[in-house]
Amino acid sequence: MAGAAGPRAAPGAAGGDGDDSLYPIAVLIDELRNEDVQLRLNSIKKLSTIALALGVERTRTELLPFLTDTIYDEDEVLLALAEQLGNFTGLVGGPDFAHCLLPPLESLATVEETVVRDKAVESLRQISQEHTPVALEAHFVPLVKRLASGDWFTSRTSACGLFSVCYPRASNAVKAEIRQHFRSLCSDDTPMVRRAAASKLGEFAKVLELDSVKTEIVPLFTNLASDEQDSVRLLAVEACVSIAQLLSQDDLEALVIPILRQAAEDKSWRVRYMVADKFSELQKAVGPKITLNDLIPAFQSLLKDCEAEVRAAAAHKVKELCENLPTEGREAIIVNQILPYIKELVSDTNQHVKSALASVIMGLSTILGKENTIEHLLPLFLAQLKDECPEVRLNIISNLDCVNEVIGIRQLSQSLLPAIVELAEDAKWRVRLAIIEYMPLLAGQLGVEFFDEKLNSLCMAWLVDHVYAIREAATNNLMKLVQKFGTEWAQNTIVPKVLVMANDPNYLHRMTTLFCINALSEACGQEITTKQMLPIVLKMAGDQVANVRFNVAKSLQKIGPILDTDALQGKVKPVLQKLGQDEDMDVKYFAQEAISVVAQRLRKLDVLVKDREEPRIPGADKNLFLIPRGPGEDTGKGPACQLHVNTRDTLAQLEIAELVHFLQSRE
Amino acid sequence: MSSSPPAPSACAAISAAEKVDGFTRKSVRKAQRQKRSQGSSQFRSQGGQAELHPLPQLKDATSNEQQELFCQKLQQCCILFDFMDSVSDLKSKEIKRATLNELVEYVSTNRGVIVESAYSDIVKMISANIFRTLPPSDNPDFDPEEDEPTLEASWPHIQLVYEFFLRFLESPDFQPSIAKRYIDQKFVQQLLELFDSEDPRERDFLKTVLHRIYGKFLGLRAFIRKQINNIFLRFIYETEHFNGVAELLEILGSIINGFALPLKAEHKQFLMKVLIPMHTAKGLALFHAQLAYCVVQFLEKDTTLTEPVIRGLLKFWPKTCSQKEVMFLGEIEEILDVIEPTQFKKIEEPLFKQISKCVSSSHFQVAERALYFWNNEYILSLIEENIDKILPIMFASLYKISKEHWNQTIVALVYNVLKTLMEMNGKLFDDLTSSYKAERQREKKKELEREELWKKLEELKLKKALENQNSAYNMHSLLSSTGAE
Repeated sequence: MAGAAGPRAAPGAAGGDGDDSLYPIAVLIDELRNEDVQLRLNSIKKLSTIALALGVERTRTELLPFLTDTIYDEDEVLLALAEQLGNFTGLVGGPDFAHCLLPPLESLATVEETVVRDKAVESLRQISQEHTPVALEAHFVPLVKRLASGDWFTSRTSACGLFSVCYPRASNAVKAEIRQHFRSLCSDDTPMVRRAAASKLGEFAKVLELDSVKTEIVPLFTNLASDEQDSVRLLAVEACVSIAQLLSQDDLEALVIPILRQAAEDKSWRVRYMVADKFSELQKAVGPKITLNDLIPAFQSLLKDCEAEVRAAAAHKVKELCENLPTEGREAIIVNQILPYIKELVSDTNQHVKSALASVIMGLSTILGKENTIEHLLPLFLAQLKDECPEVRLNIISNLDCVNEVIGIRQLSQSLLPAIVELAEDAKWRVRLAIIEYMPLLAGQLGVEFFDEKLNSLCMAWLVDHVYAIREAATNNLMKLVQKFGTEWAQNTIVPKVLVMANDPNYLHRMTTLFCINALSEACGQEITTKQMLPIVLKMAGDQVANVRFNVAKSLQKIGPILDTDALQGKVKPVLQKLGQDEDMDVKYFAQEAISVVAQRLRKLDVLVKDREEPRIPGADKNLFLIPRGPGEDTGKGPACQLHVNTRDTLAQLEIAELVHFLQSRE
Repeated sequence: MSSSPPAPSACAAISAAEKVDGFTRKSVRKAQRQKRSQGSSQFRSQGGQAELHPLPQLKDATSNEQQELFCQKLQQCCILFDFMDSVSDLKSKEIKRATLNELVEYVSTNRGVIVESAYSDIVKMISANIFRTLPPSDNPDFDPEEDEPTLEASWPHIQLVYEFFLRFLESPDFQPSIAKRYIDQKFVQQLLELFDSEDPRERDFLKTVLHRIYGKFLGLRAFIRKQINNIFLRFIYETEHFNGVAELLEILGSIINGFALPLKAEHKQFLMKVLIPMHTAKGLALFHAQLAYCVVQFLEKDTTLTEPVIRGLLKFWPKTCSQKEVMFLGEIEEILDVIEPTQFKKIEEPLFKQISKCVSSSHFQVAERALYFWNNEYILSLIEENIDKILPIMFASLYKISKEHWNQTIVALVYNVLKTLMEMNGKLFDDLTSSYKAERQREKKKELEREELWKKLEELKLKKALENQNSAYNMHSLLSSTGAE
């Protein structure tokens, strides 16, 4: 046994296993030639299984050559293959043999489809780390060189991503060669290759010696940054971040900053957009001095760029820029050099610019402090709260906490209220939904009095919104408010209003009462639940609409844990039992489900409190098992029941569905 | 690539309210957009505007003064105006429009006015007006089939400049040997970038202009082809966005037409590595007619390309998009129309396997399109010649559809096709009919065997893992026992 079981047993050595060991390669070949792509894909995805079954030696000598030679397939399959091979080192015998994986990956790195190529490069990068330094120079570097001098642009593009992984571990002579290859790709004839090189420039600069960065990378960067194609130039901006981190301040100022300045004023908006988008990174990379001298003026011009895209990108960066300024003198710089431009953006013609600004502008108040906020920022906030675009208003409201910490929300409440009211009544239900989500936050900051006076009625109005999602959100909102303001407040302000709705002629509103009770009972506690809510729920068990009745059952199940034994035994159980005999299938089903839960709860209470014999509810448990939930059961149901079933779990029902449901309900 | 250029217009058109409510009707949005137009970044960034003063008419000047005045007018027309602001510079705009009109008239009706010294000013004026950075698209998810394109705001001027450019190129006095000093690679490069313009009127002009340049400047031809190549590659593999693909393909169609035989390797590479992969693009519908025309042009030049082209199309055959599948079928039919019988034999097997899949597509338009092949006389004759090969491939799916396709039109078409095939080789047809059931069962069995194989493989893997564990254990015990001795 021991002999045959060696991990490197020669093929066939295992006697009886001999035939079995032929399986994998046969299966694979057969499957890889299957007409169905899906099957080919499956077998590639199980490549590691096959390799494991084959053992490392046969994987190297049979499987890999097979893959290298015979693969001409759909990109989908090639992608899976490229991915698999990245994790194959162990399956070919560890780092000593990692180079065996290079040939198939090399050919995958030359295919047209970008996704496949990128994946092959990713896998190659992964494997490069597993090479020994000797193997790296003997196998990996030659591969990179071959790719870098390939005929078709795809291989050269792939090569760009491989320089930085092999450079640090190569000998000096080889390093020089690698740099040479990278240089020539940076001035490649094909823009695709130049783009690839430009996007890897920063990464490559990081692994280079500082001298080479200055003498070689900077000139390459300069060239790429003034490429004829804007798609290349904008990638140079990205590289600028990495290069700037490597150079001294003097070198930066002399070599990089002029180019950055030029990029900020590029004739193509895409390049300017990139500068705006990378502004925080650039700021960190160049340090405070250059930021003040060069970046701030550039930022100002980006804030008043002629393209909205660029302005919006710059507006997004306002807070980060201000945050990262040196604390000393920061206030003055912001007030004198940034705020004037921001003021103009508040009334920009493009709403995306305004909304980008609104999403960060509140953050400035913590940086500027109370007085400046009141003097400079408050007017802007107030203007934005009145903006015609709901997104702008929402962005301001959603960041109120920043301001609250600095000046207190009272300053804003005058303008806040109309803004909130307007959003609360917006024609678009998603806007209403968004403002509801901020209600608990607002309530906390505005305080209970202000809330009762101004906002409470809004919160109640949402409960009867014609969109289910709003009613649902309003229900959750009430729960959060109770958590904030306490049970006494709930009892006085909310609960009575909710309970009144139980008599509403619209069954949807009656159901909302139940949903509210579900949400509120826990927050309100046993007393309120038992005394105020439970009677209403029980009364609704006689509702003429089946949907209400089965929701009564669900509610009883939900609030069960909060009630005590007497209430459960004396009030809940009889009602549930009655519902259990309901003529409607679904009401019956939910009643029985609730009965069993309540029964469990009662048992637990008994054990806890009285330690007496378990009460048996005749039929409760049995009934539960008698009602199978399998699909077979549905066959006897009419369409109405079908609809009930569908609504059981679906929460976000729109008005139309509910209408249909209503019509179908048995009265 | 990790960071492609920022999506053209991350923000722009859609109002936030629409973003918040995803359900706004497309037609409503479209209605709002209908009359959109845009200017370019350049115009808007220009500062204070110089006011134009009308110059005397060219026709009133003496022939000595005319040349001088012509150049002055050209220089005057280099000044640009902001058309996004419809009330500014009204007078100057009108003067420029009239001047441009006059210039168009001047070069097209007079002989001998395009003298060597004028070329520089002419090209300068054209460049100043048409070369500009195209603004971000107003509509990030612009659907060229559904939405109205955004029109160029400064069209009243630009149109005349293009008009002038064309008259200039087409003038009998035009001399490419002089013009090539000004219309060089850089010029062409910028011209090609303009093909991304959203305004179809502009692309139409560009198409004619580029065609003329390709015709007149032999030295630029290779360069133009290479740049188009790059634009297409970027379109296919990087951005999937370029508005002028159809126009460029149209030009290429006539370029390919003029290729000398035998075809250069460069041209074949273009076919296989650019035109064929181009079939994968999302917006294929917008330029498929032009693309198919180019492909067929190639095949008419060199029939030996048929096999790689059809294999290429089969490789990129649409998996989910039925609309594209119909286009592919249309292109295959165009290719079959010009195919040589010897070439047909080389690809009949993989091709008809695909056709057989299309015929049984549950999307009736796909099935219908594939079945229409049987209405084509030439294809029918090819099928008849190779009926022994094709009938076995087609039979199973045809037989199945005739029994179970949901669409009655398809079923009717299939009956006709079956009838035609039966007439071609009745005996083979009968054999296939009688072996149909056995064949299905064999397939099922094969399926089971496959599953079985994988199961065994899985077991084998487990066993190996176990063995490895055991051997490690054995080694361990071996070592410890030797150690004990």
